[in-house]
Amino acid sequence: MTTAPAIELKGISKAFGPVQANKDISISVQPGTIHGIIGENGAGKSTLMSILYGFYKADKGEIFIKGQKTAIPDSQAAIAAGIGMVFQHFKLVENFTVLENIILGAEDGGLLRPSLAKARKELAHLAAEYELNVDPDALIENLSVGHQQRVEILKALYRQAEILILDEPTGVLTPAEADQLFRILDRLREEGKTIILITHKLREIMDITNTVSVMRRGEMTATVKTSETSPEHLAELMVGRKVLLRVDKKPATPGETVLEVEKLRVIDDKGVERVKGIDLHVRKGEILGIAGVAGNGQSELLEVLGGITDATGTIRMNGTNLPLSGKGAHGQSRRHAGIAHVPEDRQREGLIMEYTAWENVVFGYHLDPEYQKGMLMDNAGIQATAQEKMDRFDVRPPHPKLAAKNFSGGNQQKIVLAREIERNPDLLLIGQPTRGVDIGAIEFIHQQIVQLRDQGKAILLVSVELDEILSLSDRIAVMFDGHMMGERDPAKTDEKELGLMMAGISDTKATQEQAHG
Amino acid sequence: MGKMPHWADIVLIPLISLLLAAVLSSLVILAIGENPIAAFKLMVDGALMRSAGWGYTLYYATNFMFTGLAVAVAFHARMFNIGGEGQAMLGGLGVAFACLYIPWPHWSIAILGASTAAALFGAFWALIPAYLQAKRGSHIVITTIMFNFIAAALLNYFLVNVLRPPRSMDPATAKFPEPTHLPSFQDMFSTAENPLFRGAPANVTFFIAVAACFLVWFLIWRTKLGYEIRAFGFSESGAKYAGISPVRITVIAMLISGALAGLMSVNTTMGESERLVLNSTEGAGFIGIAVALMGRSHPFGVFLAAILFGFLYQGGAELALWTDIPRELIVVIQALVILFTGALDNMVRMPLEKLFLALRKGDA
Repeated sequence: MTTAPAIELKGISKAFGPVQANKDISISVQPGTIHGIIGENGAGKSTLMSILYGFYKADKGEIFIKGQKTAIPDSQAAIAAGIGMVFQHFKLVENFTVLENIILGAEDGGLLRPSLAKARKELAHLAAEYELNVDPDALIENLSVGHQQRVEILKALYRQAEILILDEPTGVLTPAEADQLFRILDRLREEGKTIILITHKLREIMDITNTVSVMRRGEMTATVKTSETSPEHLAELMVGRKVLLRVDKKPATPGETVLEVEKLRVIDDKGVERVKGIDLHVRKGEILGIAGVAGNGQSELLEVLGGITDATGTIRMNGTNLPLSGKGAHGQSRRHAGIAHVPEDRQREGLIMEYTAWENVVFGYHLDPEYQKGMLMDNAGIQATAQEKMDRFDVRPPHPKLAAKNFSGGNQQKIVLAREIERNPDLLLIGQPTRGVDIGAIEFIHQQIVQLRDQGKAILLVSVELDEILSLSDRIAVMFDGHMMGERDPAKTDEKELGLMMAGISDTKATQEQAHG
Repeated sequence: MGKMPHWADIVLIPLISLLLAAVLSSLVILAIGENPIAAFKLMVDGALMRSAGWGYTLYYATNFMFTGLAVAVAFHARMFNIGGEGQAMLGGLGVAFACLYIPWPHWSIAILGASTAAALFGAFWALIPAYLQAKRGSHIVITTIMFNFIAAALLNYFLVNVLRPPRSMDPATAKFPEPTHLPSFQDMFSTAENPLFRGAPANVTFFIAVAACFLVWFLIWRTKLGYEIRAFGFSESGAKYAGISPVRITVIAMLISGALAGLMSVNTTMGESERLVLNSTEGAGFIGIAVALMGRSHPFGVFLAAILFGFLYQGGAELALWTDIPRELIVVIQALVILFTGALDNMVRMPLEKLFLALRKGDA
């Protein structure tokens, strides 16, 4: 190619204290292409992009934009250089309109009206050119997540961005919304924009990028043409060894019903009904997967089952009714009923981050006579138990005296899993088992879940990762807006059908519903 | 791995903070035309070089150990108990009732009874704010502060209207009966040829305070309850997940905290004045906050910090006695120490963390 690269990094290094977040990184992105950057959590992707957007200053290295050496000391400079960034967590003012958000920080003068008028015209133009339709007068808080993301993209385009960086853009989207986003990105590419897509999802890389760079432990391990690689190859580059991407499991042999839920309703602190009367059951030896976009009542369902949140309705565990509010409804009584719970948020709930690994290994079970020695906690005994469990679950580093916050996400999750699985529960509740967990650990965690199922335990899995639901579940139920949209056999469904259900388009006759509007 | 070694966190930072406070205090003393080195020498001489000085230092330290522990226990459950002062006042009432109305045969039994009463009264005074926090979400800082005022008014009422002996003009109780008088250090350690701690108020309660330090350590790090208190303090959502009741922990932690603050009054009321006077707490409830901060909420740290503040109190009194440095200035010096060791912790911590990072990088 003869044109200068849209963006070129040469020998970028950045250290935070003793941690080398980026080590001698060089990439070159051609204009009018989509370049993927993939890597595990902590591989240094975000640091690299923060350097590019002027949040951090590189210790070493140079940045070239369109062949010109450019210094990017702050985000103003990045914007001036034609770089736009769409963050994972949107930076929008919720009670401003779309238009107000777009001009925020890019107003022309002291008076708002001329800027707004100009932006309105520009926005119409952009919408036509890139098929980015958003109502300019809508309040952000009334927009869907997908549309909020469009506003972020429009914000960047309004500032004349030629290079667009998207950080994990599909994390909060339904599959249908993700498809729409990819169509927009495709369109932007056709119009000559350059896009850098940061993700940990291999499929997205394969679907849309032209080239892909793989990062591991702060280093750029490879840059390849997407057409010349495969997901397996990329995974291997990310982890540094061969990885089994598909979950290996035999068909389920479900036994009797362990958990029955009837007419469950949850009203949160603000008086909003989050779960609107759902029924479900889980049998021995099967995994019921609950799919849904985050925030549709799945978290509340898990919390009720785990005894954290109050509810109305009926929950039967092995035929016995569980208390859903009042004195008996707490995590301790649920554990006595044979329910183990791997919560969605391990840092806020599943672990006490300041506690050592050994203290965490008994968290929630600390009243158990097994861990007592007279009036006191049997600290020495617990430490020995913790060491065993950490060895069995391959927690690294295997030091029980290290505080939980000093382990990586994957190893933190292994500590929680070791604690909950080793209690030999009848029912395992597991929320977002692999969120923020690296690929190598995902494989291990999935194996553990399937193994537990094969031992005849009932498992209720909640995940926003459709891939995970599809590959682990024996039955799939979809939640939308507090309702159960229906159930599917994973062998007889696909992402498209589930995606429609996740968007609230009804179960039985999706096409018919669509026609109705 | 932490940002710096553990010893730096618990030894170096308090030392540097103290040094800074000392430097600033010296400047203040210089500014009013006195010699800071001579002043410091006088403080050390008066508080640490004679056994009587130690007798005062340890007497004050006893108070600060109780109130420091009270604040520390609440800290572990992430609560800021500002009400140590009021809880100690109520504790004093408890001691007075126990000593005046129960005929004790011997001090060793009386001290148990009075301690129980002090702890119960102090705990009761902490219970109401704790309940309001746990059930109603009323902020514990606000309620405990208000309860200090209520306690002061209550104490005033009891001393003036109920406990004051007839025809006395002093808002104080009658002298406690002889069998409740506690042995002072002078009684315990002096011999005929070698008198020690002469006239100093330090008494047997000091050993109860030391035992309390040990018991609190035991409670926090060795028992189920301590495990739950710390877990709740680190993460309320985590505690809920584990089935630890936030209401229960809030109430229990505050009960323990209040009881510890209440125990302080055994030292002042039963051990020193041998009657209940209006201002028996002398602000020790507030000093307890600084002691807990400086001691990093660890009982051993509280022990050391309490002795340091005991030294400042006694040394300050010596200064007021022997120099032209006004009493108010001694309060300024104490305030500087509190400011640097408690509130300005990060000012010392951040540069030190950077320094250690740089050192480590140099090694690597």
